Amino acid sequence: MLPSSFEYASPRSLSEAIDLIANRGEGVRVIAGGQSLIPLLKLRLASPSLLVDINRIPGLNHVAESGDFLRIGALTRIAEVEASAIIRERYPAIHDASEVIGDPLVRNLGTVGGNVSHGDPNNDMPAVMLALGAEFVATGPAGERTIKAGDFFLDTFTVALKHDEILTELRVPRRRPRTGGCYLKLEQKVADFATAGAAVQVRLDKGDECEEVGVGLTAVGPTAIKARKAEGWMRGKTPGEGAAVREFARLSAEESDPSTDLRGTSDYKKEVVSVLVSRAFTRACERARGAT
Amino acid sequence: MPLRLAGEIPIEVTVNGVKKKANVEPRLLLVHYIRENLGLTGTHVGCDTSNCSACAVLMDGKVVKACTVLAVQANDREVLTVEGLSREGRLHPVQKAFLAKHGLQCGFCTPGMLMSAYALLKGKRHPTEEEIRKGISGNICRCTGYAQIVESVKQASRSKQW
Repeated sequence: MLPSSFEYASPRSLSEAIDLIANRGEGVRVIAGGQSLIPLLKLRLASPSLLVDINRIPGLNHVAESGDFLRIGALTRIAEVEASAIIRERYPAIHDASEVIGDPLVRNLGTVGGNVSHGDPNNDMPAVMLALGAEFVATGPAGERTIKAGDFFLDTFTVALKHDEILTELRVPRRRPRTGGCYLKLEQKVADFATAGAAVQVRLDKGDECEEVGVGLTAVGPTAIKARKAEGWMRGKTPGEGAAVREFARLSAEESDPSTDLRGTSDYKKEVVSVLVSRAFTRACERARGAT
Repeated sequence: MPLRLAGEIPIEVTVNGVKKKANVEPRLLLVHYIRENLGLTGTHVGCDTSNCSACAVLMDGKVVKACTVLAVQANDREVLTVEGLSREGRLHPVQKAFLAKHGLQCGFCTPGMLMSAYALLKGKRHPTEEEIRKGISGNICRCTGYAQIVESVKQASRSKQW
């Protein structure tokens, strides 16, 4: 399959890329790993007049803790996230997601920034970033601005980036003691979209009370969903109360809005959300207690 | 007949160790560049929808789906196709292992399977069975049920001829 014709530019600096996009106006698409965009181009669901390839721009590929954040360059490949020791040891929910995105070949090219900015509710990183309370750095002609993950996902394939902005960095709050996370996904086969997915992040105090709780859901609504009511409800409660965990999972499922398709009915998917949230929460708490 | 389309831009790709220059339209996919422009038809087009990885090749040492990369994106990069595995007419140990362990039936997925297996073993010479299964999890085979393919990769990992 051939995409329809487009012009192609491969700028060597961020400012060059932003100039190209700003000068062109509409009809521009940024390509990074291309693992979602190229299939859309081939099916002609996307027909940009200009493709701006950011793969050769230096400075967009890094994973490092500095200041208050874990900083992940937008061009960091999913496979690089998967191999990162700091992410595996300190941000396990991100590591969990990196192992189940696409397949190994997709992960070699697909990027963290693309996974988020594509705005596909089926992508896995958005739910994780919502649970972790991440923020995203958008760079445009006027410079940088940050957007909270909770304000980023507007609708299916629609995110809060302006047409002349490029997502350049993801910032995750630096891990504090007794914090743990987990991402779980039910999929029918490797590289299929999730039936449902759930990310949970918790911070426990010394008495095992939940000081902070974050929940993000995949593939059960028009965007990835931050289950705010469930988060608020669980705060201050202890994981030991089985009834509390069940109610927390039920509230999370209530905030999901899945559609019936070949992967299951809406009711079935809500049930899956409830189970995944419950399991991810339990695992996140274990990790929080094990971590110092 | 190589694909020649309007609005071409020049690229230089090192394919199986040999520098190749061409003018290609930006929308040309890497797999078509390899098969039609270079005539290297070992790389197969299976699903053409980024699912099956019959088109797998290595780009700068990483295994990728050549149907989901633009030829222009391979500019200044190194590409290894299945034709580049053998040396001086001798099959690569991974290829020999697939032959010895019946790691194929119809053979359509085999080029991609070989490239994923090669990439996996290049990164880790003695993977566990679980790591092998994960390593080839992006490659679909509709004949074998994968058992002999996993055995083939194990055999290749034991080979001393690398």
